Amino acid sequence: MNLFGDALAWITDGAHWGGPGGIDHRVVQHLLVTFAAVALAAVLALPLGILIGHTGRGRLVVVALAGAVRAVPTLGLLTLLGLALGIGIQAPLIALVALAFPSLLAGAYAGIEAADRGAVDAARAVGMSEWQLVTRVEIPLGADVILGGIRAATLQVVATATLAAYISDTGLGRYLFSGLKSRQYDQMLAGALLVAALALVLDLTMAALQRASRPTTRKVPS
Amino acid sequence: MSWLDANRDYVLDMLLQHVRLSVPAIVISVLVAVVLGRVAWRWPRAGTVVLGSASLLYSVPALPLLIVIPVLLGIPLRSGLTLVVALAVYGTALLAGTAADAFGSVDARVREAAEAMGYSRAGLLWKVDLPLAVPVLLSGIRVVTVSTVSLVTIGALVGIPSLGNLLTDGFQRDIRAEIVTGVLGTMLLAVTLDALLVALGRVVTPWRAATPAGGAS
Amino acid sequence: MTRTPLRSRQLGLALVAAAALSLTACGSDDPLSSGDGGKGGDKIVIGSQDYYSNEIIAEAYAQALEAADIEVERDFRIGQREAYLPGIEDGSIDLFPEYTGPLLQVWQPDTTARLADDVYDELEDAADDKGLEVLDQSPATDQDSYVVTAAFAEKYDLATIEDLAKVTEKLTFGANSEAESRPNGPKGLKDTYGVDVAFTPIEDSGGPLTVKALKDGSIQLAIIYTGDPSIKKNDLVTLEDTKGLFLASHVVPVASDDLSDKAKGIINKVSAAMSPEDLVDLDARSVDEELPAATIAKDWLQKEGLL
Repeated sequence: MNLFGDALAWITDGAHWGGPGGIDHRVVQHLLVTFAAVALAAVLALPLGILIGHTGRGRLVVVALAGAVRAVPTLGLLTLLGLALGIGIQAPLIALVALAFPSLLAGAYAGIEAADRGAVDAARAVGMSEWQLVTRVEIPLGADVILGGIRAATLQVVATATLAAYISDTGLGRYLFSGLKSRQYDQMLAGALLVAALALVLDLTMAALQRASRPTTRKVPS
Repeated sequence: MSWLDANRDYVLDMLLQHVRLSVPAIVISVLVAVVLGRVAWRWPRAGTVVLGSASLLYSVPALPLLIVIPVLLGIPLRSGLTLVVALAVYGTALLAGTAADAFGSVDARVREAAEAMGYSRAGLLWKVDLPLAVPVLLSGIRVVTVSTVSLVTIGALVGIPSLGNLLTDGFQRDIRAEIVTGVLGTMLLAVTLDALLVALGRVVTPWRAATPAGGAS
Repeated sequence: MTRTPLRSRQLGLALVAAAALSLTACGSDDPLSSGDGGKGGDKIVIGSQDYYSNEIIAEAYAQALEAADIEVERDFRIGQREAYLPGIEDGSIDLFPEYTGPLLQVWQPDTTARLADDVYDELEDAADDKGLEVLDQSPATDQDSYVVTAAFAEKYDLATIEDLAKVTEKLTFGANSEAESRPNGPKGLKDTYGVDVAFTPIEDSGGPLTVKALKDGSIQLAIIYTGDPSIKKNDLVTLEDTKGLFLASHVVPVASDDLSDKAKGIINKVSAAMSPEDLVDLDARSVDEELPAATIAKDWLQKEGLL
């Protein structure tokens, strides 16, 4: 018996597809949780990061805060939130938002700061408002780095979203936990391979997006 | 506070275990990532392959990795080595790209000047490239340090003791003080190591007034 | 890593895949087999689960042996069964407090034994096959049981698992994920009692989250250990298992052949002294007074005159 062969056999077994506990269903759940967490974190982190990058104010405080958030063990956060909110997807979702936050924030302010100062000054000189400056110059110029932050956050979340199964019937983590606990390692490893495959697909998609954002930056003379 | 008072020795013991697991993992991550980053910077074509594979490893969920590593290396599951290897893999994956960027950040004119002054290839690496790469490298090392310290806690799920044990035990016994101690202890350790790194950065790059805080990872 | 071209990433994946394939050639049978058999020399290595109640029992073993000048090494809180069982089987752990029913179900998944003595007899044989020995089983039990809230039990007049058939609303059962595929999980409820339940995982082994979910009404049915003081504290009702879904589960020490007869005798005395009520009390001290296992074990051993 070999572990990886068994895991692949487990994935390709038709009996594990379809229905409420099927691989297809769990993949969709996993994607939804990942998107929801990254989107929620982005709503919080991106405007904040762009504001910091644009004004240069509050950087130290927010960076220290983001560092502290990064240090919070997700397992501990999840158990505390679970005890406060009960079972279900809420507690894991909040824990995942906290996980995605620092990378998104860092990407946003680094992206804006990285925008070519010459271009920004030129735009200011031709009379652009601060809002126009941010939306038409700094964000397009920083898009590459900002998307890099989103990409890093997505990779972290898609792997850690397996923890959602700790207290809810959600996602590919179900295969990890039940495989581990019942010593069915083919199932556990199959879950891990599926998560890694999902991460790869997401990462390739984001890489393509990132590339697509680049020609814009090249049109701006520096 | 009464829980902490009664269990001071236990908490300190777990803290010590936590340090013993995280520090070697961080050091290995830095060493491997710097070598990979140097390779990637020097030979960009091979480098992109290396960096691509490294970032892919980061997407493997941690729990299965803890089960697979003992199979690959033939070490016991509950050995601290298993966790150190797993964390070193993540740390390297996280840092290799930054390390390549760090070498890329060294001003080419400085390097040319050093070459003109007769620095050997090794001298160029040790006396010019590495010191000048430190600021960018350090921002990456800080991220790796903090996330490694936080990740050590999952060892508790497979019987590798750390502050993570306070999380699982406090959870089972519904002792919030214990869980909070575990969370805060982990954060405190991360912040302490981070502060040490910042101080170290000031020492090794005396020409810089201040070190940059964290970059896009 | 923002500038990594697409092609190289695919190459990276290919490398990982190749590594995975090469691994299939040399995969070993048991990923958890630990390599350091017989560590610790003369010392008796005592293990415990990552479960406070189990740690208290292990601590009681350790202190009782130490009182007789037998050197022990504590290797406590080593996860759940999947993490520590290989260590027992390969002899790197010499003594471990286990539970008869659940352990037998791991070694003999198809067993039909249900009553305490039958389970113990079969377990003795199963342990023998592994080159291990189970010492005397204790009167103390810590056993899986189906529980509902008192309000829910009253609403539908529930006393046994069979009574669940009377429930007219949708029943959701919450437990560790492995319960879903175990013979006493949803399948067992259906086959043995004709009760249909939906399942949701809560990975805290019937801990505080499970209790909270019961009280919230997110789940109606849970598995909680009979030794758990939270049953009493939260006014939960244990449903009687009239058709033997669960195996009897007494505390039982699993020992390697490193244990001397003298040591075995001491452990057997500890086991004999521990009543089911004692175990609930010990657990309650851990949860309510938040004391360390060593203190609780010491107090109990002294009370029983074993120290």
